[in-house]
Amino acid sequence: MTFEITPMETPSRPRPHLINVPVPNRENGPSPEQPAGQAAEQPVAKAEIKDLRFYYRDYEALKGINLTLHDKRVTSFIGPSGCGKSTLLRVLNRIYQLYPDQRATGQVLVDGQDILDPKQDLNLLRARIGMVFQKPTPFPMSIYDNIAFGIRLYQRLGPRQLDERVEEALRRAALWDEVKDKLRESGLSLSGGQQQRLCIARAIAVKPEILLLDEPASALDPISTQRIEELISELKSDYCIAIVTHNMQQAARSSDYTAFMYLGQLIEFDTTEAIFTHPRERQTEDYITGRFG
Amino acid sequence: MDTMLYRRRHATNYLILSMSFAATAAGLLVLFLIMWSLLKNGISALGFDFFTQNTPPPGRSGGLMNAIYGSLVMTAVATAVGTPVGILCGTFLAEFSRSSRLAMTVRFINDILLSAPSIVIGLFVYEVMVVPMGHFSGWAGSMALAILVVPVVVRTSENMLSLVPASLREAAFALGAPQWKVVILVVYRAALQGMLTGVLLAVARIAGETAPLLFTALNNQFWSTDMNNAMGNLPVVIFQFALSPYADWQRLAWGGALLITLAILSLNIIARFLANWSSFEK
Repeated sequence: MTFEITPMETPSRPRPHLINVPVPNRENGPSPEQPAGQAAEQPVAKAEIKDLRFYYRDYEALKGINLTLHDKRVTSFIGPSGCGKSTLLRVLNRIYQLYPDQRATGQVLVDGQDILDPKQDLNLLRARIGMVFQKPTPFPMSIYDNIAFGIRLYQRLGPRQLDERVEEALRRAALWDEVKDKLRESGLSLSGGQQQRLCIARAIAVKPEILLLDEPASALDPISTQRIEELISELKSDYCIAIVTHNMQQAARSSDYTAFMYLGQLIEFDTTEAIFTHPRERQTEDYITGRFG
Repeated sequence: MDTMLYRRRHATNYLILSMSFAATAAGLLVLFLIMWSLLKNGISALGFDFFTQNTPPPGRSGGLMNAIYGSLVMTAVATAVGTPVGILCGTFLAEFSRSSRLAMTVRFINDILLSAPSIVIGLFVYEVMVVPMGHFSGWAGSMALAILVVPVVVRTSENMLSLVPASLREAAFALGAPQWKVVILVVYRAALQGMLTGVLLAVARIAGETAPLLFTALNNQFWSTDMNNAMGNLPVVIFQFALSPYADWQRLAWGGALLITLAILSLNIIARFLANWSSFEK
């Protein structure tokens, strides 16, 4: 992966419109078609990442990341393969700790509490911070049990309450109508797009505070992708969402903030609108216009 | 184009291919001859008496009921004892300690046990059970067979658990599940069919073992359900009857050999079916 060397632009030259997608204008008050009040809400910091470094054995994959994730907002991470965006996500629920030769230094403050603290209980942390992976990972059990699995871990519910929670999660993931008559069938019997929505439903069923989505739509066809994106904007009202994506349009369409990463560094972090219309960094502009990567 | 080179390559291909066919045919021919001679000599013995009469003295008619019963019980006990040990050990190797020094050692020792001559295991159980107890017993036979089950189940369950993709484990951990729940509720389910296949293959392996029983369960001419006593079993009966000069004993030995072979054959077919079924579903 190399930068294409292009001559320096003169500052006077007007910047081209970089990517032709409508970006909702959230920072400057409500737009005409948006209901007033919703957009005027000030974003609240949910997770603050401070000087985060990450190592695979001796290889430094993240080189001092500083970044804030906001509650009820979607932050997307873009960048070429191997830039560290998935690694960053895997730090946030400390799933990397399953592998003994991976470690992280720095601070990740969630509601002011450092989750990298060795005393942090990992199971409780992961119950608070849900994650959906690139490949759909339905468990080899029924659709119902897939959803109930996480709920049963931390709550003792009666059968009726459990039914309600499962239905609620499937409805929120826009899957209920497709599976309500076959809840006892294997989760593996669903299509790829349905499986991924099942995994999202499974993640939100435990009512996490932060939702991490690691390329959730990259293995799906365009229609399933669209449904996932609709789902993300639907879920935004309740969660702090971080999404890794290779699809620039997806980042532009579905996120409020965008972080561009390259070679383990955070090159630029701003509102999605700013990143896609007038990025400050040369590298960001080159990447989103497809001049390298 | 170099036609000489091409022709030579063509000829080499033909030669290797025919050698492969010949080797396959030789293997299949042997298998076919075994099945054929077993069927030809054994099928006449498999009557009603075969399953309902005990092993007779020479010159009288009888069956193998006591031996069939002994084999079934000892195989069942050995499987019941060996399977949990094997699965737990395989789980330790695949889930809890994949590359530690202890795991490497256990894996190495398990491989040795896997290829240990079964007569050595029979002698070992003879020393630790039969000698202190003062008599041969069904229990000792079962233990010897259980020791044969363990390494097979360890190996297959470790392999099957290792095949479960890491992404599935990560997904379960990401919901906040503790490791033991991840293993029991998710990983075991994903590997279930493969592990069952391994257990069936272990059963097939011990069903025909003779050497470990010679020193442990010995044999019993009479109907006996007492596991503390010497116990009849098919392999040793076949061994004794086949070597005897009596025609009716030899006939029973053929019948017993056919019965064991058919049982092992069907276990293998079931195992193959299970394995296919699991790969089909994924």
